[in-house]
Amino acid sequence: MDIVESIKKQISENSILLYMKGTPQFPQCGFSSRTVEAVMACGHKFAYVNILEHPDIRSELPKFANWPTFPQLWVNGELVGGCDIVTEMAQSGELQPLLDAAVKA
Amino acid sequence: MNVASKLESLLIEEFAPQFLTIDNESHMHSGPATESHFKVTLVSARFEGMRAVARHQAVYRSVAELMQNPIHALALHLFTEQEWQEKGQVSPASPTCRGGSKAS
Repeated sequence: MDIVESIKKQISENSILLYMKGTPQFPQCGFSSRTVEAVMACGHKFAYVNILEHPDIRSELPKFANWPTFPQLWVNGELVGGCDIVTEMAQSGELQPLLDAAVKA
Repeated sequence: MNVASKLESLLIEEFAPQFLTIDNESHMHSGPATESHFKVTLVSARFEGMRAVARHQAVYRSVAELMQNPIHALALHLFTEQEWQEKGQVSPASPTCRGGSKAS
């Protein structure tokens, strides 16, 4: 499958999806670490892709997303943002209801 | 021109900021690069009515020529004047490195 097609499939099939460096247990970047902590704190199951193991996704997703770096949090097929946005939303209390709604949808 | 100065001139041109700081945080990260990780705090009227993701995309677009090479990470804290006042004019600290690409 074309790489952009498989990215679209991942995004459409997973209501909460995190593209990150490393894994939730072993994040390999401070920005990915902080983001995955915020997502896990919301208490829902989520999908993740370790882009260090997928160089093709790492190179193609930034163009598709119009977002040059990782991590990237996608919810219900939409890019929510990277570390700065997700952290701010967690602190302001916006992240929890967003993810609650995504799980119900 | 160093990377921070280049960033600054691109951002001033595009966003006419009321407040702008650029911190070089490359020393907090692995690898030999000295101009790879930056944190930008930018207050601009341009962000009125824009969602966070759209603000970030606008900034990334304006500095696209610097992204990936040489810039590897760009922390963005983007506010309108009113939001900046409400935040007490402080932007959050960036995380420390976890090894990243260089460790894999």
